[in-house]
Amino acid sequence: MLTKRIIPCLDVKDGRTVKGVRFEGLRDAGDPVALASRYAREGADELVFLDITATNQKRATLVALVRDVARELDIPFTVGGGIGTVQDVEALLMNGADKVSINSAALARPELIDELARRFGSQCIVVAADARYHAPDGWQIYTRAGTHNTGFDAVQWCREAADRGAGEILLTSMSNDGTKDGFALDITGAVSRAVSVPVVASGGAGSKQDFTNVFQQADADAGLAASIFHFGEIGIRELKQHLRQDGIPVRL
Amino acid sequence: MEIAVIDYKGGNVQSVLFALDRLGVRATLTADPEVIRRADKILFPGEGEAASAMQELRAQGLDQLLPTLTQPFLGICLGMQLLGQHSEENNADLLGILPFDVVRFPVSPGFKVPHMGWNTLQQLRSPLFAGLREEDYVYFVHSYFAPVGEYTIAEAAYPTPFSAAVQHKNFYAVQFHTEKSGPVGNRILENFLNL
Repeated sequence: MLTKRIIPCLDVKDGRTVKGVRFEGLRDAGDPVALASRYAREGADELVFLDITATNQKRATLVALVRDVARELDIPFTVGGGIGTVQDVEALLMNGADKVSINSAALARPELIDELARRFGSQCIVVAADARYHAPDGWQIYTRAGTHNTGFDAVQWCREAADRGAGEILLTSMSNDGTKDGFALDITGAVSRAVSVPVVASGGAGSKQDFTNVFQQADADAGLAASIFHFGEIGIRELKQHLRQDGIPVRL
Repeated sequence: MEIAVIDYKGGNVQSVLFALDRLGVRATLTADPEVIRRADKILFPGEGEAASAMQELRAQGLDQLLPTLTQPFLGICLGMQLLGQHSEENNADLLGILPFDVVRFPVSPGFKVPHMGWNTLQQLRSPLFAGLREEDYVYFVHSYFAPVGEYTIAEAAYPTPFSAAVQHKNFYAVQFHTEKSGPVGNRILENFLNL
């Protein structure tokens, strides 16, 4: 039976993981390769690397990082963050990334999704959508690290992205991100029912029950989180044991 | 041991090379017919779209060479599908080494396409799976599949059973990604190298 996936997300800057990772037994908590390997051993199903480097060296350092991670890691990983061209995507895939996620560039020019899917196959093209609840208009899509409201309706945009060839939607609720109050079940469920491709839920995870809820009530295919894993608040294995007790298929 | 990984611009071959490297095995990425013919083992990875992959194989004459090979051969993901007769994906004629036709997963409630993630293996019946257990997990990403037939050596279900692995003579192939399936995938690669 296909299992629900648990995905730790690592923010990287200049080839190093950032946002403070507190892990015992890691000589260097900023080393993405060491951290990735540790998560893989603990039972992570995939990893996401979100690059927040904002320098001219961005592309070269990201390609080097992807190569280092791919050399070590024997589970799939996605790379995202400021990726905007066919050339960027090609360089990352050729160096061992399994999937590449695009966000602002897809909203600026949606045809990019079609071009990437045709060239590389839908299976490796993820569209990352950052949504925020905005009364009275509902859930809308933001870009540029959440600073710019595009006015796009979240469900409509995700449906368009999937129709254009995205193989997966990574949906982050900015209204929930960092709150630890749980995933946004309403918008995650609405998107999951609107598209025929897998949906990764992100933003708001604070407890094991939050993952149960997003799988059982919002039909998410995967749950992504960062700080609760990095700070050891929830171990991946204990999370999966909890999910299995709740009757959710997981790889243990 | 000479290992050739077939280079036909078929997607993420780097992951397969890294996986072999982790097993301490050196491999050559090549489209050279001579190097391929004399290799002891052949790996044929693939991702992406069937029709353009076949176009590339034809352009390099590999569509004629591959069916004549006699050494152990392992197709991975699209590299498995290409061994069949015909694919629904852009109506592609395939290499014709195995008798199956490749079809698309129907969209049904609760079963997203692509079939993406870790799924379990059943009905393991090959030395390729030595040391594995029924219900072991491997990583899949695909929208098309080969139905179950007499060539099937492992099954998975989504929701109906399909060929997770196939074999005909020296031609072995897996639908999942051995190179991304953790220790289980590594064991399958090792088993293949030991065939």
